[in-house]
Amino acid sequence: MTDPHESPSQTPRVSPSEPADAQVATLSPPPAGAPSTGTEKARAEKAAPVKAAEIDTGRSLLGTAWLRIRRSRIAVAALVVVCLIVLFAVLAPVLTAIEGQDPFTSRTGGDYLDEFYTPGLPLEYYRFPSTEHWLGIEPGLGRDIFARMAYGARISLTIALLSTLVSVVLGTVLGAAAGYFGGKVDMVISRIMDLFLAFPHLLLVLSLTPIMQSRLGGTALDNGSLLPIASLVIILGFFGWAYLARVVRGQVLSLREQEFVEAARAYGASRRSIILRQIIPNVMGVVLVYATMMIPTNITAEAALSFLGVGVKDPTPSWGQMLNAAQAGNWYLSDPWFLAVPAGALVITVLAFNLLGDAVRDALDPKSSR
Amino acid sequence: MTGFLMRRFAAMIALLLVISFVTFSLFQLGPADPASAACGQECTPARVAEARVALGMDKPFLSQYVSYMSGLLDSRLVGAPGAQTVCEWPCLGKSFQTNEDVTAIIERALPYTLSVASGAIVLWTVVGVGLGLLAALRKDKFTDKLIVGAASVGVSLPIPVTGLLLLLVFVSTFDVLPFTTNEISSPFGEAGPGGWFLNYLLPWVALAVLFSAQYIRVTRGNMLETFGEDFMRTARSKGLSRPGIVFKHGARAGITPVVTMLGLDIGLLLGGAVLTEQIFSVPGIGFTAVRAAQAGDLPVTMAITMMAAFFIIVANVVVDAAYAVIDPRVRVS
Repeated sequence: MTDPHESPSQTPRVSPSEPADAQVATLSPPPAGAPSTGTEKARAEKAAPVKAAEIDTGRSLLGTAWLRIRRSRIAVAALVVVCLIVLFAVLAPVLTAIEGQDPFTSRTGGDYLDEFYTPGLPLEYYRFPSTEHWLGIEPGLGRDIFARMAYGARISLTIALLSTLVSVVLGTVLGAAAGYFGGKVDMVISRIMDLFLAFPHLLLVLSLTPIMQSRLGGTALDNGSLLPIASLVIILGFFGWAYLARVVRGQVLSLREQEFVEAARAYGASRRSIILRQIIPNVMGVVLVYATMMIPTNITAEAALSFLGVGVKDPTPSWGQMLNAAQAGNWYLSDPWFLAVPAGALVITVLAFNLLGDAVRDALDPKSSR
Repeated sequence: MTGFLMRRFAAMIALLLVISFVTFSLFQLGPADPASAACGQECTPARVAEARVALGMDKPFLSQYVSYMSGLLDSRLVGAPGAQTVCEWPCLGKSFQTNEDVTAIIERALPYTLSVASGAIVLWTVVGVGLGLLAALRKDKFTDKLIVGAASVGVSLPIPVTGLLLLLVFVSTFDVLPFTTNEISSPFGEAGPGGWFLNYLLPWVALAVLFSAQYIRVTRGNMLETFGEDFMRTARSKGLSRPGIVFKHGARAGITPVVTMLGLDIGLLLGGAVLTEQIFSVPGIGFTAVRAAQAGDLPVTMAITMMAAFFIIVANVVVDAAYAVIDPRVRVS
């Protein structure tokens, strides 16, 4: 395979490689969203990354992104919130230990729950935040809401991050293979992509998750909470790669025509080395943008599936499972706080990841108009 | 154009066949054994074996698929030899739970899904495109920032959160709207258009919050891109009025991607607004699918999955054709 047998679908203009990226950045004014602090220092910062990238001193992709993200106050705030949420999830056992509670102990009976007017509703002291139970206790089972939210964060984020990782690896590898090899490989992979894109994801995931769980049952994964988590990661990851693969394929199609790839071919680089050293590094920008945007999608998807009762199931906590519990028996009507905790956690997290995704896109995509 | 449509049509049929085959295979891998699921809880091995024969599962996989698909061309007989019942055309099998024709179940659910989808689509298109256009015209002013900010929050509101919040506020706390009833499935029934409207208002809003936000972002982005193009400058230099420039020249080009998105979203929504229907207990396609998935009712889930895929694929073809009609710069080949 010496010569490509297919011309790139796009006109060979801006590749996502750093030099081209930087050129566009030099021409266009700073993004409109960036706050115009106007100080000399800010100006100096604005000029610096562009210059550095222009002469391509090898500033890493993340370095470039970071320098641009730093200019937008919203982006920095989103990044800080995302870091705090991740920290919160990592430290869940520590925090619940400080609180002195755990997510599984149930408290029933008249000491904790109402037995007469609305049976199961926590007594007023336990319904709202207190020093004993930072976010109150659940109606019905009387488990500590803060502990469940903290452990739920671990599970929701783990599922979202791992399934994104699965999609990104599949999407990048298959997309790059389709774009670089062309011909039959491209045809087969592209048809599979079409197939995946045409499937109604939620419906299929909805009906496949129970199947998946019964198939995995009895395997090494079948201990307690691991099974639903593993099957959600596999299913969400497996259904999310096609769109990214299509984008990567398009990028690779135009990249492989570029001089630097030709040069690599001319000095006798192996195909493996061309793909790994020349092509992949140049599509990482696009991959990073889509990965950041995929995370909130997967957080929402986990919440949706667990809410529908096919994802993470009680007693394992996740934010979607907590929403499900709030709707079950209409508890959210008599105890709105029980709904507010998982709903708030979910919205803040998805919002922060979405804003971060926008910022990463603006920072890495030269065509972005915002 | 005709050639293009013919080719797309042929590709569409091929893709549908592949999808039906893949779906069929996926579900055959199913939860251990559909036969024992269909047979019920207290089932002797002999009864399971009977059920397998009744479901046609004793036959080779490929012939099961062929006989399933033949139901789309003609009515066919379903059940064990000797106790067969007719499954009317178009046949998608019979429900494990109720033994009803799957087609009949879908027919019953479809009006509810259409009710949810139609109003939501109108609402989010009007709000999304309107606000997106407004934001683009007022770029960097306060209005723009407000709309863009609201859209950022809107895309981050998952439907379960919005839906439950709407129910809590408007139905439970302030009691200004009724809880959705499944007695109203169309504006032409006894309740009339007014009752239908009030009944579906909350599901529409729940969907529209999320979708409007996406449409605002796409409309605004595309309009801003269009405003910067040469033909817009030409229009301005010709001395056209501002509305003339914005609507006749700008909107036509800037709106095309929105039409694409709308077409695909309609296709998606016709396959059932799963979460919305679940939250508001609307017995539409999505609601039926969730129930069937929980009960392991394979013929129903499979038929709904295939139908939803069908809508998505048809929407894709329609959108491609519409693209060429709206945007003169796109020529199909």
